[in-house]
Amino acid sequence: MDPATAKLIGAGLACTGLIGAGIGVGTIFGNYLNGALRNPSAADSQRIWMFVGAAMTELLGLLAFVVAMIILQ
Amino acid sequence: MHQFELTKKVPLELFGYDVSFTNSSLWMLIAVVAASAFLIMSMRGRSLVPTRFQSMAEVIYEFMAKTVRDVCGPEGMKYFPFVFTIFIFVFFANVLGIIPGSFTTTSHISVTFALALTVFVFVTLVGFKTQGVGYLKMFVPEGVPLLLLPLIVVIEVISYFMRPVSLSVRLFANMLAGHILLKVFAGFVIGLGLVGGWAPLAFMVGFTGFELGIAMLQAFIFALLTCIYLNDALHSHH
Amino acid sequence: MIAAIVAAAATHAAPQSSGMPQFNPAFYPSQIFWLAISFVVLYLLMSRVALPRIGEVIEERRDRIQRDIDSAEKAKRETEKALAGYEKALADARGRASGMAKETRDKLTAEVDAEKSRVDAQVQAKIAEAETRITATKTKAMASIGEIASDIAGAVVGKLTGSDATPDEVKKALLQVSSK
Repeated sequence: MDPATAKLIGAGLACTGLIGAGIGVGTIFGNYLNGALRNPSAADSQRIWMFVGAAMTELLGLLAFVVAMIILQ
Repeated sequence: MHQFELTKKVPLELFGYDVSFTNSSLWMLIAVVAASAFLIMSMRGRSLVPTRFQSMAEVIYEFMAKTVRDVCGPEGMKYFPFVFTIFIFVFFANVLGIIPGSFTTTSHISVTFALALTVFVFVTLVGFKTQGVGYLKMFVPEGVPLLLLPLIVVIEVISYFMRPVSLSVRLFANMLAGHILLKVFAGFVIGLGLVGGWAPLAFMVGFTGFELGIAMLQAFIFALLTCIYLNDALHSHH
Repeated sequence: MIAAIVAAAATHAAPQSSGMPQFNPAFYPSQIFWLAISFVVLYLLMSRVALPRIGEVIEERRDRIQRDIDSAEKAKRETEKALAGYEKALADARGRASGMAKETRDKLTAEVDAEKSRVDAQVQAKIAEAETRITATKTKAMASIGEIASDIAGAVVGKLTGSDATPDEVKKALLQVSSK
C-alpha cells in the first residue's frame, strides 16, 4: 500500500475515537437534564460537575482528533 | 493550514532564542488591550445603576467570583485575580479568533500548554504553601488496600502530571477542530460555486454561532478546572 | 453534488506537505515569550485596576441596598411602636371610661338603696303605730261589746222571765255560752 494512502486511512481510523466521546458527552448532558427535571432544586449545585465531566469526556475524543491531525501532518 | 501560519512581523532575538513579534503575538496583545479596555473603560462611570457595558463587566465578574467561591470556598477568593485573568485571556483569545482574518492564539499548542503549565506551577506552589509537605498526601488516597497502594500512588502521580497536558490539549483541539471545520466548509463554498455554495455557507453561519458558544464554554472550563485544581491545593482531603 | 463536495474537499482540505505550524518548534520561544508578556501585563491590569474597581462598585451597591433595607426596617419598627402606643392609650381610655361608669352606677345604686330603706323604715313605723292603734281600739271595742251584750242579755232575760237577773249572773252565763 502506498504510505500516503495508509496515512489517510490511519487518520480516519483515529477519528473513530470521537464516536465514544460523542456518546459520552451526550450521556452526561442527557443524564444531567434527566436529574435536573426530577429534582430542579438540586440542579444548580451540580451544574459545575456536569461541565467537569463533559470536559473530561470530551478530552478523550479530542485526543483522538489530535492524533489524527498528527498523522495527517 | 494558512490560518494557523505564523508570520514574523518584527524579527527579534533574545539570549539566542528567536522571539520575533509574530501575528500571534499581535493578537495576544490585542486580546490584552481589548480585555483591559472592556473591563476598565466600562467601569469608568462607577455608577450605582450600571450602564450596559458596566453591567456586562459586572456579570462576568460576579459569574467568575461565584464559580471560585462555590468550588474553592471563601479562602479561594485570594487567588481570584489569577483565575479571572486566565478566564478573560482565554475568553478574548478564543472570541477574537472567530473574526475572519484574525489569528486564534489558543489554537497553538505552545500557547495553551504554556498557559496550562502556568496554572500547574501556580497550583502546585499554592498547594505546598498552604499544606506544606502534607500536600503530597493527595497522592495517597485513604481506604486503599496496602497491596494496591503503590499502584494507586503511581496512577495518582501520573494523573497529576497529566493535568497540564489535558488542560492544554482540550483547549487547543477544540479551537483547532472548529477552525478546521470552518475552513473545510469554506472550501466547499468555493468548490460548489455560486449554484451550490449557499448550503455550506448557511451551515458556516450557524456553525460560527456554535463556535462562539464553544469559545466561551472552553474559556469557562479552563477557568473551572483551574478552580478545581486550586481547591485540591487549598483543602486537604483528609 | 456529492462528487463536487468530494472534489472540493480534496482540493481545499487535503493536508499541505508543509505540515501543521502548531508542531513547528521554531516558533515556540516566540509564542511563549509573548504569551508571558501579555499574561503578566493582563494580570497586573486586572489585579491592580479592573477587579478592585468592579468589586468596589458591587460592594458599594450591596452596602447601599443593605442600608436602604435597614432604614426601611427601622421605619417599620417605629411605626409599629407608635401603633402599639396608640392602641395602649385607646385601651386605657376605654378602661377608665368603663371604671367611671361602674363607679357612678354603684354610687347611684347605693343612694337609691339607702333612700329606699329609709322610706321603708318610716312606712314600717307608721304601720306599726297604726296597728297598735287598731289593736287598742279593738280591745276597747271588744270590752264594750261584752258590756253591751250583758246589758242586752240582762234586758232580754228581764223581759222574758220577768225577774231581773243580776249583771254578774248574766256575765257568767255569757262567758259560758261564748266559750262553747
